[in-house]
Amino acid sequence: MTKKQKKVLIRIIVAFVLLIVLAFLPIEGWLSFVLYMIPYFIIGYDILRKAVLGIVHGEVFDENFLMAVATVGAICLGDYSEGVAVMLFYQIGELFQSYAVGKSRKNISALMDIRPDYANIEVDGKLEQVDPDEVEVGSIIIVQPGEKVPIDGKVIEGNSTLNTSALTGESVPRDVGVGDEIISGCVNMSGLLKIQTSKAFGESTVSKILDLVENSSMKKSRSENFISKFAKIYTPAVCYGAVALAVLPPLVRMLFLNMEPAWSDWVFRALTFLVISCPCALVISIPMSFFGGIGGASKCGILVKGSNYLEALSETSYVVFDKTGTLTEGVFKVNKVFPETEKIAVWKKQEETAEEYLLTMAALAESYSSHPISKSLKEACQKELDTTLVSDIEEIAGHGVTAKIDGREVAVGNAKLMQKLRIPFVECKEPGTIVYAALENEFIGSILIADVTKKNAKNAIASLKQNGVKKTIMLTGDNKNVAEAVGKELGLDEIHSELLPADKVSLVEKFLEEKDAKSKLAFVGDGINDAPVLTRADIGIAMGAMGSDAAIEAADVVLMDDDPAKLALAIRISRKCLRIVYQNIVFALVVKGLCLVLGALGIANMWAAIFADVGVMVIAVLNAMRALNTKKLV
Amino acid sequence: MNKTYKIEVDCANCAAKMEEAAKNTEGVANATVSFMTQKMKVEFAEGADEKAVMKSVLKACKKVEPDCEIEF
Repeated sequence: MTKKQKKVLIRIIVAFVLLIVLAFLPIEGWLSFVLYMIPYFIIGYDILRKAVLGIVHGEVFDENFLMAVATVGAICLGDYSEGVAVMLFYQIGELFQSYAVGKSRKNISALMDIRPDYANIEVDGKLEQVDPDEVEVGSIIIVQPGEKVPIDGKVIEGNSTLNTSALTGESVPRDVGVGDEIISGCVNMSGLLKIQTSKAFGESTVSKILDLVENSSMKKSRSENFISKFAKIYTPAVCYGAVALAVLPPLVRMLFLNMEPAWSDWVFRALTFLVISCPCALVISIPMSFFGGIGGASKCGILVKGSNYLEALSETSYVVFDKTGTLTEGVFKVNKVFPETEKIAVWKKQEETAEEYLLTMAALAESYSSHPISKSLKEACQKELDTTLVSDIEEIAGHGVTAKIDGREVAVGNAKLMQKLRIPFVECKEPGTIVYAALENEFIGSILIADVTKKNAKNAIASLKQNGVKKTIMLTGDNKNVAEAVGKELGLDEIHSELLPADKVSLVEKFLEEKDAKSKLAFVGDGINDAPVLTRADIGIAMGAMGSDAAIEAADVVLMDDDPAKLALAIRISRKCLRIVYQNIVFALVVKGLCLVLGALGIANMWAAIFADVGVMVIAVLNAMRALNTKKLV
Repeated sequence: MNKTYKIEVDCANCAAKMEEAAKNTEGVANATVSFMTQKMKVEFAEGADEKAVMKSVLKACKKVEPDCEIEF
């Protein structure tokens, strides 16, 4: 509890005790009035002060005014204890609400608390903690096990494992050693690291992310704007309604029905009406739900730049993907090996498989080349290559290489190389780059090198469909063959290939025109040269953006790691959040509406009125907190 | 010019009122208040004096919500 809240608590207790004591004292008339005024002012002086200030400043219709009018009204009608009790009860409600709100706010903020408090620098052989803001670019900082990396930089000494879960939501540890670039916000888990900083603290990843998340609540959603507009009309309307309720029925009774006007009864009903009407439950619980949703998402490594984007995300029914780097790894790998088993059997060693032999031969022949293909071949071999076996290497530009391995002639290259050397070969029709290999002028097999699809890509597309996405579309600059194969494998609805970056923009614009206004189109890219499309789509989603400034700038939603399955998760989180928002809107409006009617009819008394005000708000706030919990959605 | 200030405000409705008041202050091009982070982001009009504008923003906010605070 804050100091302010404690003070209110003490006032509540004192006023409560006094009220009970007064209830048992046999007092009447003026004495009773004066004595009841003591607890009334103890509990309500700030409300009365604010109400007066409000009137002075021309801000008439606020809660303080409503409470002041309601309680002063009750006192004027001679209901001293009711007047004090209502004020007391109101303060209890306010206290509870401010406590609940404060607590929720802290819970959400704690989730996003990845801000490092200090950086260690070495001064005369001793470690000193300094404010990360004061560390200059290029300084050496030391990160001990268990500490957060405060600033982006490069490891110059030490080995360790980093936990990136605060940034990505994934708890797969990352190994780092000398020369590796590391980003701030990770937690050092094992060894001591010396890091040369490459950015100032304010420019570091962790600061950028915090900035983004904290400012996200500044971008308001449609529902939030609706509520602020609603409150502006609603509050005066209710006040005039209350005045009408106090004046019209008694007049009607008096003039037309020939009955007692019953002024006090109707004024009291009008006051009850006023207390019920406070729009706070709506005004607070909606931003809070969005804030919780954004907080929960960032815990999963999904950064949403504003409530409006979270709202749009929940309405996504078209998802357009970029291929390379988004659905595929973006690196070329040996995908399949097709050895001519019978021919290889003559040459290979007993313990080797035909695949291994073919790969080794190809990798050895290409071992002196710096071409990306030779890199992927070497990687696929998974063992040290004995390059001393290789001699007489000859590169034939645009074709491949020929070399002698262990004295035997080997040719590795594309189909043209085989044709050139007049070696009969079996053509491989798989999409991707094919490497053919020949040994002593005899074809021994082919190797398919292609960009592989991401492990989770297929599931990601399927789960998008399950979550109500109508159409998944892939755009790529790659050739048709490869695009069709990837699209088919992953189960995408539409594939557009051989596109230039400008074509992607115009295609997305075409989709935007064709879709109906209510459904939203999301574009998912890796943030590299698709910034124009990211900004053009309803929601631009950048993937695998850890540390990429351009993507964080251009996109509306940033997936910190490059797992496409996070996309469906983001949609689920947004849907849950919006569901809570609508629940709160409907719940608050229905309960308030009901209480207003009951109050006008004289059925609901002041106690019910305070429940309708404070109780509804607390329930709505507690409901809003559910948006934070994303565990079940993963 | 954009600047973010720390604020203190107790209720969401009051925060909304402060936002409205800040927006209508002379020298302010736009303003947003986030109750959740207790922050006010002010976009100043061209050539406005930050300190002077913030003084009148605080005054305007005090008018609608006597209990609020803005750190600047």
